[in-house]
Amino acid sequence: MGSGVHGMEGGGVEERLAELRQTFRSGKTRTASWRKSQLKALLRLIHENEDKIFEALKHDLGKHAVEAYRDELGVVEKSVNNSLSCLDEWMAPKKSKLPLLFFPASAQVLPEPLGLVLILSSWNFPISMALDPVIGAISAGNSVVLKPSEQAPACSSLLAHTIPLYLDSKAIKVIEGGKEISQQLLEQKWDKIFFTGSSSVARIVMSAAARHLTPVTLELGGKCPVIYDHLSSPSDTEVAVKRIVGGKWGPCNGQACIGVDYLLVEEKYASQMIEMLKKIIKKFYGANPKQMQNISRIVNEHHFQRLRNLIKDPLVADSIVHGGLIDEEELFIEPTILLDPPLDADIMTEEIFGPLLPIITLKNIEESIEFINSRPKPLALYAFTKNEAFKRRILSETSSGSVTFNDIMVQFLCDTLPFGGVGQSGFGSYHGKYSFDNFSHEKAVLQRYFFLELEPRFPPWNDFKLNFIRLAYKFDYLGLILLLLGLTRD
Amino acid sequence: MRDLETDLEELRESYTSGKTKEASWRKSQLNGLLTLLKEKEKDIFNALEHDLGKHYAEAYRDEVGTLTKSVNLALSSLKDWMAVKKAKLPLPAFPSTAKVFPEPLGVVLIFSTWNFPFGLSLEPLIGAVAAGNAVVLKPSELAPASSSFLATNISTYLDKKAVKVIEGGQVVGEHLLSYKWDKIFFTGSTRVARAVLTAAVKHITPVTLELGGKCPAIFDSFSSSWDKEMVIKRVLGGKFGTCAGQACIGIDYILVQEGYAPTLVELLKNGTVKMFGENPKETKSMARIINKQHFSRLKNLLDDPSVKSCIVHGGGMDEHNLFIEPTILMNPPLEASIMTDEIFGPLLPIITLKKIEDSIGFINSRPKPLAIYAFTRNETLQKRIVSETSSGSVTFNDAVIQYAADTVPFGGVGESGFGSYHGKFSFDAFTHEKPILSRAMISEFWFRFPPWNDNKLALTKKAYSFDYFGFVLVLLGLKK
Repeated sequence: MGSGVHGMEGGGVEERLAELRQTFRSGKTRTASWRKSQLKALLRLIHENEDKIFEALKHDLGKHAVEAYRDELGVVEKSVNNSLSCLDEWMAPKKSKLPLLFFPASAQVLPEPLGLVLILSSWNFPISMALDPVIGAISAGNSVVLKPSEQAPACSSLLAHTIPLYLDSKAIKVIEGGKEISQQLLEQKWDKIFFTGSSSVARIVMSAAARHLTPVTLELGGKCPVIYDHLSSPSDTEVAVKRIVGGKWGPCNGQACIGVDYLLVEEKYASQMIEMLKKIIKKFYGANPKQMQNISRIVNEHHFQRLRNLIKDPLVADSIVHGGLIDEEELFIEPTILLDPPLDADIMTEEIFGPLLPIITLKNIEESIEFINSRPKPLALYAFTKNEAFKRRILSETSSGSVTFNDIMVQFLCDTLPFGGVGQSGFGSYHGKYSFDNFSHEKAVLQRYFFLELEPRFPPWNDFKLNFIRLAYKFDYLGLILLLLGLTRD
Repeated sequence: MRDLETDLEELRESYTSGKTKEASWRKSQLNGLLTLLKEKEKDIFNALEHDLGKHYAEAYRDEVGTLTKSVNLALSSLKDWMAVKKAKLPLPAFPSTAKVFPEPLGVVLIFSTWNFPFGLSLEPLIGAVAAGNAVVLKPSELAPASSSFLATNISTYLDKKAVKVIEGGQVVGEHLLSYKWDKIFFTGSTRVARAVLTAAVKHITPVTLELGGKCPAIFDSFSSSWDKEMVIKRVLGGKFGTCAGQACIGIDYILVQEGYAPTLVELLKNGTVKMFGENPKETKSMARIINKQHFSRLKNLLDDPSVKSCIVHGGGMDEHNLFIEPTILMNPPLEASIMTDEIFGPLLPIITLKKIEDSIGFINSRPKPLAIYAFTRNETLQKRIVSETSSGSVTFNDAVIQYAADTVPFGGVGESGFGSYHGKFSFDAFTHEKPILSRAMISEFWFRFPPWNDNKLALTKKAYSFDYFGFVLVLLGLKK
């Protein structure tokens, strides 16, 4: 069965799902104690397997341990700890106020798990993109199937072998495989599907979900722009450029959905920007980045060729002002900067997802707003500027998953902010309580009592009843009393 | 259809101009709706009488009144809803500030349906304009007078360059779906919902689906006659009194313990006559069936002889006037269409069980409904219902009333849909919550960037666990 073999171990897909559904129906996953035990187990998994995880990430992506900790293990640990400490609060029913008119009544909103959920994760952050949604699903009390990306095989295998050792395998399963397994999984009925990946696969997921009316969250990408407004202070400039370099090549060497895709700068500052970038690249990655191993490599041959093709076009190749060195054997492409490649070239129409940084020059930095608006809404928009009026314009005139001023990527770490896209960058959000909500149904529960009945609610109809209802909808209690006392005319 | 392209272009332009984002514009639209509801009340009543034979009191109670309430709420809450909310950040993020900024999605499409042709068109519209979007509303062609009214009057009372009503049936609907929308809000049947979801794939459009289902009413026994009377009224009001049972949250069928069933049937029979009179068709205390197609559908549900023999009250049908009298059935076969399909009409099956607690298993073996009703004082049973079943909502000792409550989300789960609205939930349904993070430009944590070493790894770990003390120790070189 080829790549489907892993997924078939331990019974077919349908059998395994039947077990998961059975577990959910038993009510076990709903208890706070079960959820907490799973979260604690996940924490132990991370702690006890730290070295193995570092190894797997090194194998799949050449990630250095610090990057691996910062972007993957650390993120997962922080998420689990946050969920553990907030779980009781999140699970608690919330009282809702009802207007006096409903008296006597009470209302509350109760979060309940959706049931059996499917999480499809991506290869660039193969640990955190897999486990962060799982944390949300478990916190919300669901049964889970996680299908990690086959393009990060060591991590996928690690998850498939380790998770059953720590988590309740009757309620949480990892199913490995490629396209074939994904298709099989998508044919099944899920109560929710959480997808991180490309928009082309997202469409396949959405179509499959339509059959069963399954709600979906899509965490996609896009071309995340950096608007670089000139900063007068040299120390500010240095901080900014460090953050840009760190935000482009730091997270998985540009293979990140919220990573920097391209930079917009005023033409008169372009050369200064390029010089600074070169300087900082050298500082971070040395004169020979491949050797220093402080930068991830390209995930596989397919993506390597894709990126290589982006710079093959002679007009694009001409615009390279730094880097451009590639090593096919090591799947390595060095940090590369381009100046004004043609806007209709693939490098400027498709999400780069790699270590190529186009710099687009504008006459006036304010033109960046229109530039961005004439393109699909990105997952993140970055702007380095001290101009408050410009910031306000960016906020109100552009649309993106998020906006970050004067830094890159940090929004990812904040559990109090919803993380998700808009437009082509997706819909739905997660992180912190948003993860819990993502996998929950907020059920309204109303309780009415008996000792008072609003007779005017029901037929047989007459004008008195209609007047009563009119006043009722306006919450005009005084008017109601007067009406009841017969003291008002019609 | 060329007009449609021009219309849509105009809408996009209106949105791109930024006008719909202004609080003043949003308020003007809401005020326009309020004025429309006031000034055109009689016309609305007439349209509803024409389309559904609704009495104007029912029309007010279920549509005009609820809309008035909703617009007033949106007007008084708008500033609050539009406000940027501060978000707390953990200390390692210092120095930064974080906010969440609610922004409109853009140009949105609302599909409404025929049973509450005003309510189900305008409630979502309120949310969409309050959230600052440009809107296309496609009312149901099956309620033609209402659809026509909306098409004519919305453009008079609201900004016709940014809010448009497009009339038509399936063809128009499909055509609309071929365009790019920033959100689609759909109320209707599961069959059409699938088509909407499939169309949404092309542009990766987020969707809210407000569907239906078979909403059960669990009926426990009541000792006090005061309780009984009140409860029966609420059951009847929640079945026959709400658009003659043609309501997504209307009671579909009743579950009762077999010993109590005869009492229940008597109570229902008497209550029906008391509430709807001897001649509901004349008095319009009950709405009529929307059209011939649905009339035939309902007639067919009863045609099955094994179902027909279960009728214990009513069953009278007037095809010419599209009127079906309140009909009660006792234990029709569970595999008959009347018990597998959403009834959406004035036929009330009563299913008896050995124990009332069996209702939980009964409900769970069927698709998740939009609402579960339970008439009971038994707190244990109530707790079990809440924790062991799943539905859009649960209401104890009343029915349909959750529709009027703005402080709870109104929406389904599973086959009854996803997404919710009413009150602030309507605003949120058409909003993207955009986080804005702002960092200061002071010098960096030096361990943030490569070249990497063990020290930087240790500091990163400490920072993540918010172990500030440990952090300081590592920094001082006192800990590894």
